[in-house]
Amino acid sequence: MEIDPFIFRLSIFILSIFVGYYVVWSVTPSLHTPLMSVTNAISSVIIVGAIIAALSGTTDKIFETSNIFGFLAIILAAVNIFGGFLVTQRMLQMYKKKKK
Amino acid sequence: MSANLSALFYLISGILFILALRGLSSPETSRQGNYFGIMGMIISIVVTFFSVGNFGTGFVYVLIFLLIGGSIGAFIAFRIPMTAMPELVAGFHSLVGLAAVFVAISAFLKPDAFNLGSVGNIKLASLIEMSLGAAIGAITFSGSIIAFLKLRGIMSGAPITFKGQHFINLILGISVIFLIYYLCRSQSSNIFWTLVILSFVVGVLLIIPIGGADMPVVISMLNSYSGWAAAGIGFTLENTALIITGALVGSSGAILSYIMCKGMNRSFFNVILGGWGASDQTTDKQSKEKKPVKSGNAEDAAFLMKNASSVIIVPGYGMAVAQAQHALREMVDSLKKNGVKVSYAIHPVAGRMPGHMNVLLAEANVPYDEVFELEEINNDFANCDVAYVIGANDVTNPVAKSDPQSPIYGMPILDVEKSKSVLFVKRSLSPGYAGIDNDLFYRDNTLMLFADAKKMTEEIVKSL
Repeated sequence: MEIDPFIFRLSIFILSIFVGYYVVWSVTPSLHTPLMSVTNAISSVIIVGAIIAALSGTTDKIFETSNIFGFLAIILAAVNIFGGFLVTQRMLQMYKKKKK
Repeated sequence: MSANLSALFYLISGILFILALRGLSSPETSRQGNYFGIMGMIISIVVTFFSVGNFGTGFVYVLIFLLIGGSIGAFIAFRIPMTAMPELVAGFHSLVGLAAVFVAISAFLKPDAFNLGSVGNIKLASLIEMSLGAAIGAITFSGSIIAFLKLRGIMSGAPITFKGQHFINLILGISVIFLIYYLCRSQSSNIFWTLVILSFVVGVLLIIPIGGADMPVVISMLNSYSGWAAAGIGFTLENTALIITGALVGSSGAILSYIMCKGMNRSFFNVILGGWGASDQTTDKQSKEKKPVKSGNAEDAAFLMKNASSVIIVPGYGMAVAQAQHALREMVDSLKKNGVKVSYAIHPVAGRMPGHMNVLLAEANVPYDEVFELEEINNDFANCDVAYVIGANDVTNPVAKSDPQSPIYGMPILDVEKSKSVLFVKRSLSPGYAGIDNDLFYRDNTLMLFADAKKMTEEIVKSL
């Protein structure tokens, strides 16, 4: 009997939750704010779906309703990707050790 | 590009995202971690372009919109002051949520583009996944907007409660589940739109009863939701990178919410059901006026600290509001010149988001190895000469240890009262968020410094 590919995706999902659990517990509390901004940035990988939505259909009908939602989602996700990674970078630059 | 090859690339992105979070285990590795994250994102986007393989006019528009969004994001990232980080993160969460909703709508309108079947005949599993993604995304969006407005001060931070609130939320929650069920049976677009709109309403109702100082929990929770929404969409698109990321972000937010709740000794449901701090204005004034309070000025404080051998600074949200972190750093510098040993103590729920105080201190060039968490430093208060409490209140209240009747009983607190003397910078004797009087104000070893946190600290610097 063949296994439904959904089961594989579910396995990846559940294993990733465990990975996330252990990785996040090892994050030092002083970096919890950058943790939130970087998780924000990476969850914007949803832009993948937005790109597929925006590029669906033929070239002459690029502004159908579903494409427009795709384009809007691209803008939103892009704000988050650039904003999220850059603000994280800006914060992390500030964490310095004592000068000895 | 073949589907198998792109799937492998998405897996690589997923792994890079894991490494990005892994890097945050210490400040030294964190910057490298962030680069891993950026690489993962670039791989995902480029692979998607190749797997769609449509480089016509649409592609140009995609790039243009990407750049528009990117420039807005970059502009915000460079301009935002560090004190505004909580509202920035809340705002960003709302965008992820809305993007998830848009992608789900798009997939519902044109399922063939995503290999999900055809209009009116979408695969059952995909329909469940996309409706979950849309519902959670919508809740994340409207909830984060409310959190943003509250943090920004546009909307009052006070909890908004009304009669039958929990009942209405319950009904709405059940309706959302029913709508998903009927959507799967009927494939009707009207039900889909109703589901999206109803979820927006649920998001608003979920956050309005939660008060300002519970925002650390709210932000973490919305962080978690944005992850689950992304995972839902990831299942719909059969995309490994999105599934892995969604799971990571979802569990990350959940852990942060847990840590924040534990920092307040409250259960998650207690916070979500809200209403705490409704008694903000209703403290009885009589008992307060009777007790004697010692108050001092900047010179007294400077004198005390200069002659101390060790000082512990306890910053709180008030420091962020007054933007006092730079003045504080100056004060510490001159204390160090006088040979005083200074460290900082951070309570897990100090500020309006997890790690808020640490970022502000880092901004003011405070080395991170002088900043300690509650468990690391709490025993040191007994041996410390002066505790300088700036903008914190409830997290230092000894009542949490002594009075089982108190709403904050059992909350872990910084043992400030054990130090030889306590300097408490505060504008008035008004109670903190929990609406209870702080016993510390009336102790013999406490000297109240009634002033704005920044002004007082600057004056102390002058007196030193």
